[in-house]
Amino acid sequence: MSVHFKKTVKPKQSIPTASLPDIIFMLLIFFMVSTVLREVDLQVRVQLPDAEAIQKIEQKRLVSYVYIGPQRLEGNQLGESRVQIDDALVPELTEIRQIMFRRLQDEPRTVISLRVDEESETGILYDVQQELRQAGTLRINYSTKRLIPS
Amino acid sequence: MALLKRRTNREVEIPTASMADIAFLLLIFFLVTTTIDVDTGIYMELPPPLEEDVPPPEIPDRNILTVLVNAQGDVLLEREFVQIGDIRPFVKRFVTNNGADPTLSDSPDKAIVSFKTERSAKYEQYIRVLDEIKMGYNELRDEEAQSMGYRDYADYRARLQADEEDLVADKYKYRISIAEPDATNPSAAGGA
Repeated sequence: MSVHFKKTVKPKQSIPTASLPDIIFMLLIFFMVSTVLREVDLQVRVQLPDAEAIQKIEQKRLVSYVYIGPQRLEGNQLGESRVQIDDALVPELTEIRQIMFRRLQDEPRTVISLRVDEESETGILYDVQQELRQAGTLRINYSTKRLIPS
Repeated sequence: MALLKRRTNREVEIPTASMADIAFLLLIFFLVTTTIDVDTGIYMELPPPLEEDVPPPEIPDRNILTVLVNAQGDVLLEREFVQIGDIRPFVKRFVTNNGADPTLSDSPDKAIVSFKTERSAKYEQYIRVLDEIKMGYNELRDEEAQSMGYRDYADYRARLQADEEDLVADKYKYRISIAEPDATNPSAAGGA
């Protein structure tokens, strides 16, 4: 019996890496679930302010995004404040009520997430809010980062 | 016979060593093209648009707390300059007055905070003041929940049953009114 046992001493020990792809796939699935693959080209600069009295936006599919900020021009220049809905800059503010009215008809529980640059003036925000009121989309949310109270 | 045995012994395996590389590539693709979006913010309910002929309702002055922000970012509470830190306690005092001080509200239900900024005020200041007003209400809700024996308002909400009414939110409803903005006619310039 001892004749059949031929112990070959392997000097090289290799760590089994068979499960490495599994770990990576787990990480990948985490990122796929937690991030948004929204390919919206931001044509305006939006630096969000901080706030304390914030809540998470539930039900992301009810949300429409409106971006307000200085327009990004060629050569890292910044122009005047513009409004962007989805991919396109809105040329005339009065068009907003039509766009939002249609959204409201598609989804009565629409929530408008306003992503406004912190350096913008509130004048343009008021104009946009007037348009939203005319359209009937009254539920809005001012996007902010979380402020940790000191 | 020995030859046949050796042939069946040999197994051919697809080399799976590069599976990790494929997975890394996919991961880097997703890391680069996606954003962990900011999905938090301050909720607000806009007032419905004013009808042309209907006059706005008459509300006694004591039940309205006017918060104004001017173009320089200064905050005026009932037409007096205040610091940012003064807003929260004043809002709380205003809402919970219950008729005591004749210049403050009759009851939390009737108390309205009217918030208005000049058109050229910065959005950052707008949010900061709105945040303070809302936190005033939030702290009132927390205190109410604590007086009912809960740790805070979030704790109360978490323990609320499906059919139960949110009594704390009912008592301290958010009555923040974003006042009608000024006319936007630029030819009417000459100072706000």
